[in-house]
Amino acid sequence: MAPLATRPAVTVDLTASSTREVNELLASSEAPKALTITNPRGAHALACGLDAELEVTIDGDVGYYCAGMNKHASVTINGNAGVGLAENMMSGTVRVTGDASQSAGATGHGGLLVIEGNAAARCGISMKGIDIVVGGDIGHMSAFMGQAGRLVVCGNAGEALGDSLYEARIYVRGTVASLGADCVQKPMRGEHLTELKELLHAAGIGADPNEFTRYGSARTLYNFHVDNASAY
Amino acid sequence: MCGIVGLHLREPALYPRLGELLTAMLGQLADRGPDSAGMAIYGDPTWSPDGHSTVTLLNSPVPATELAMTLTADLGVPVTGIDKSPTTIVHAPVDYESLTAATRIAAPGARLIGFGSDLTVLKGIGNPAALADAFCLPQARGWQGIGHTRMATESAVTPEGSHPFSVGPDQCLVHNGSFSNHMSIKHQLEREGVVFDSENDTEVGARFVAKQLAEGAGLEKALLALNETFDGFYTLLVSTAESFAVVRDAISCKPAIIAETKQWVAMASEYRALADLPGIGDAHIFEPEPEEVYVWHR
Repeated sequence: MAPLATRPAVTVDLTASSTREVNELLASSEAPKALTITNPRGAHALACGLDAELEVTIDGDVGYYCAGMNKHASVTINGNAGVGLAENMMSGTVRVTGDASQSAGATGHGGLLVIEGNAAARCGISMKGIDIVVGGDIGHMSAFMGQAGRLVVCGNAGEALGDSLYEARIYVRGTVASLGADCVQKPMRGEHLTELKELLHAAGIGADPNEFTRYGSARTLYNFHVDNASAY
Repeated sequence: MCGIVGLHLREPALYPRLGELLTAMLGQLADRGPDSAGMAIYGDPTWSPDGHSTVTLLNSPVPATELAMTLTADLGVPVTGIDKSPTTIVHAPVDYESLTAATRIAAPGARLIGFGSDLTVLKGIGNPAALADAFCLPQARGWQGIGHTRMATESAVTPEGSHPFSVGPDQCLVHNGSFSNHMSIKHQLEREGVVFDSENDTEVGARFVAKQLAEGAGLEKALLALNETFDGFYTLLVSTAESFAVVRDAISCKPAIIAETKQWVAMASEYRALADLPGIGDAHIFEPEPEEVYVWHR
């Protein structure tokens, strides 16, 4: 078996191959270092469960659960993504150049999800450490019960942002239609400007961190006292 | 689950391809609702010719040709009957009220599933793609079509339980989701004289919208009233002889995607149903916002 870095790039046309064939190739020990998928035409569950430092490019619009459970890999979608993009991502990078449907980055534990367009409802729902940077707007109930990680929104946020929030941090440049229960505006201190600058840089988005407002948990809804933070 | 597809054509050059395009859309969403399906076509020259009104029935006790002969004798005009078992289509050069009344008498016990000047409704149980082929949907022509693939949750898998629900002239409503307060609304409507055909929750939505329209409301106003009145989960596609409309509940967990070009407006539960439409690469694609009513007029 050739070392990953030396394996030649491969292109798979989804009008000629099935989703299962592509996903089996990506999961195999013979997976190419770089793979391009063409003509996805809204197919579901593409490039799911990756567990190696692969570079996957998808040229076109994808369906549900694209790049779910991603670990180590870098997945770029040149198009729009359906429900559950990068759901439960562990590490690596997932980027979509268009819009993402509801529940993008849901329950993600780590890695970076970049949505260059808009994200629909429930973006980052129950996020557990993932970083999400959205170039446009996000829909309602985003970051609901977000436990850890950062959500950056360069546009506007929909209703009930950060409802029942734990310790995820939210940065919004535009307006917020309404804050969810226990989500409050918080001051931007130096460390927040620094981490926001790093996140925007990592996402390749040239926004000014000084234009953002930070939101976080008021910590009145859950049984957690900040004095005990070191115990968690 | 359930799957919804709809296509509102703006470009007359595409009218001959309506059935072919709608069949492909429906086939993509067959696995969202494999137990039964229904389709509605506006303006097919065989099923709903110009100058004729059309009535569609389920489970007619008499065959289509015999029904047509009886209706021809009753109405004094030539009536055409088409067998699309379990659906029967009849059309005639009379107004839809006359054709509907005569059909109810000539086919006692049959379920009326569509009536109007432009509309043909087809329903059945089984695989949606196979049903579309059996109904010759790919050959259908017209200016607007909607389809539904059903995974039954609220009532039995029967042709009658298939969507669309068409309870007003040239009106159709298809639903992905489930209403939660429909029984109290149904009882209220029954007190106001509305008669129901089934136990289905979606029929309550369709009867509610039909009543609003009959009382003079526009489609947008009727759907805003539905938002105010109904609880539960819903993505609805509603069509009339003039309009094509989409609305979702406040939570909007039931998916919907809209694509719009100068040639057409299309709506589906999932993008893959839209992926092969002509000109999709240049379409404006978006998801409808919660509780917003989107209406396109002919």
